[in-house]
Amino acid sequence: MTKQYNFAFFDEASKREIRRAIIKGIAVPGYQVPFASREMPIGRGWGTGGLQITLAIIGKRDVLKVIDQGCDESVNAVNIKKLIHATTDVEITEETKRASIIQSRHRIPEHPLEENQIMVLQVPTPEPLRHFEPREAATRVLHAQADYTGAWLNLFDQIVCFGTTTTGADHPVKVNQRYVMAPSPIPRFDNLKLHQSPNLTLFGAGREKKIYAVPPYTTVEPLDFKDHPFAVEDFRGKQCTICGASGVYLDETVDEESGKTLYRCNDTAFCTQQAALKGLI
Amino acid sequence: MAYVAVRGGQEAIEASLSLLAWERVKSGACVEIKDIADTFPDLIDQVMGESSLYAPELAALALKQAQGSCEEAVFLLRAFRSTLERPYISRAVEADAMQCARRISAAFKDIPGGQILGATRDYSHRLIDFNLRRETSETVRELRKEMKHIWKEEWEEAGLGKEDDKQAMGKNTLEISESDDAEADAETEPLFSGERLGRLPKVADYLRSQGLLAQYDSDDTTPSDATMEPLVFPTPRSMRLQILARGMTQGVIALGYAGIRGFGLGHPTVAELRYGNIEIAIDHPLGAHENSAEKDSYQADKGSAYYVGAIPVTEVEGVFEIEVEKADGGKEFTFDLGYGMVMGHGETKAIAMSVLDFCLRSEDKRFPTQDEEFVLYHVDGIEATGFISHLKLPHYVTFQSKLSSVRKAKDLANEDKSHAREGEQDDKTV
Repeated sequence: MTKQYNFAFFDEASKREIRRAIIKGIAVPGYQVPFASREMPIGRGWGTGGLQITLAIIGKRDVLKVIDQGCDESVNAVNIKKLIHATTDVEITEETKRASIIQSRHRIPEHPLEENQIMVLQVPTPEPLRHFEPREAATRVLHAQADYTGAWLNLFDQIVCFGTTTTGADHPVKVNQRYVMAPSPIPRFDNLKLHQSPNLTLFGAGREKKIYAVPPYTTVEPLDFKDHPFAVEDFRGKQCTICGASGVYLDETVDEESGKTLYRCNDTAFCTQQAALKGLI
Repeated sequence: MAYVAVRGGQEAIEASLSLLAWERVKSGACVEIKDIADTFPDLIDQVMGESSLYAPELAALALKQAQGSCEEAVFLLRAFRSTLERPYISRAVEADAMQCARRISAAFKDIPGGQILGATRDYSHRLIDFNLRRETSETVRELRKEMKHIWKEEWEEAGLGKEDDKQAMGKNTLEISESDDAEADAETEPLFSGERLGRLPKVADYLRSQGLLAQYDSDDTTPSDATMEPLVFPTPRSMRLQILARGMTQGVIALGYAGIRGFGLGHPTVAELRYGNIEIAIDHPLGAHENSAEKDSYQADKGSAYYVGAIPVTEVEGVFEIEVEKADGGKEFTFDLGYGMVMGHGETKAIAMSVLDFCLRSEDKRFPTQDEEFVLYHVDGIEATGFISHLKLPHYVTFQSKLSSVRKAKDLANEDKSHAREGEQDDKTV
């Protein structure tokens, strides 16, 4: 294909605009900054928000890791990586430790992140109050007034109906004791990783045209009630059948032959590393 | 093992892409870009309109690559467009200067300048023409020659073929030669037969002069650009119009239909629908550099505009009845306009757009078609198709998380039931 595109796809003016939105997001943790989301060569709803952030901040010396559902080789991760690599030629890695930018959908890696790393999360629905109030103009006012009744009521309703909160991924969090934020559909298990994390986390919602951020060492608390404390997904007594790890997010699978339920690490790079350390592979 | 389905993405994608490439070439047939552009002008218009990029050749190329999928062609063209610099903003276009190929009014039978039916399928029978099965390039050229011959005779009978008449009607008069040279014809033939008519007055202006239409000052402030600025509500009207104009054709039509059928503000009358070419001009790019060292050479050009070309558009002004409060507190009926303009020939979409423009300007928000977030967020093709199709992506992590919640809630419910049963048994034993 004849190359007719700039470094990192965008024209420089577009990158600058996205970086401005990022800086504003960092300055006001958890606040959703509207930005003029660009049209991308991949589908809206397929990670264009994360992709735009990555393309706007990436430099020639960056090392990139892209995961989808915890996996570096998942089809969509491969596709995004391919586009970024085709327009930047940056080094690609699967090793969490080596990456300077990690773009992800639905997971934060198991390996703890450090100060020199940037986590970029793809966000489908940035507005934590959207189920409560469908209108954007109205939810912006609710945020301005820190009126999070809707988010609390949602959880309260679930407790009344089911005796427990039934949020799956995307359990709302309060950032820096001010803004309630959708952490993107990372499992509740990963919510705790955002709290006081040494790395910068950026959130990009391409279709909804929002960017927001959790700067390093920021307080991030999942919304919960004293008598119904926040609980992560329950994997007690279960471990990865490949590397033996426990205390990590596990995928549930069925062994076709025996019909037994098996578990394995969702973070495939972590699993491979653990298995190698234990001499299993 | 079954659970590795998500891995091996690299090889799977490569193989899938090869298969896709195969799908495109397997029949062994090839269609030239020019043939696509020449034979499917309406499709090209739709792709260009939804992409908001006037580039017929690129639209044809995108359609070829997309194997005829309009959705995919728009996707390709939009992604390409988003990387282009936009150095100029054109001068405001006055649509009454449009060179009309078609111009109708559903409000008045006689309009100043006259109605021009032009080429329309409105009064055609939608019967499949089985003769087209046997059509070849030769028969098309033959038919073309025959039609020109008949028209030439009709014109001459009507005394329209004379040189002085031609001059009176302007240089672009339909040249009826019986030559078979398509290239040469394209040069001498005007794009639209209505070009000789020049500037036609707007029907809405007549209503305004009668005091029947709400009066507004002309607003030439630089319009907002939804592709360069964040979408913040309430949106300026220019942004709303832009999003509607580049919206999915069928999406805009569906919502416009809802607007007139019962989920909107009623039934408009099309004051005027026109289709034709509008000219685009930009200001001298250095016009602002008054203190430039090379001032003199620019001096002559300062303030002048540059003609950059003409594009075909469809414009609709729909008239709606509205109730307004009078100074004395009473109410009276008057009219207001809904406006629609789309790239190329897209009459249904342009009318639907005018309905939605009117609905969105209303204060009253009873219906979803009056809610700008409902309309503007959902008519964009790239966004709608993108998010709908993302459902095909793996959702293993979120589903696992949901599974954990559902199991917990179910366990709690079962515990409650068994407690209740124990309670019942206790009652019995007492």
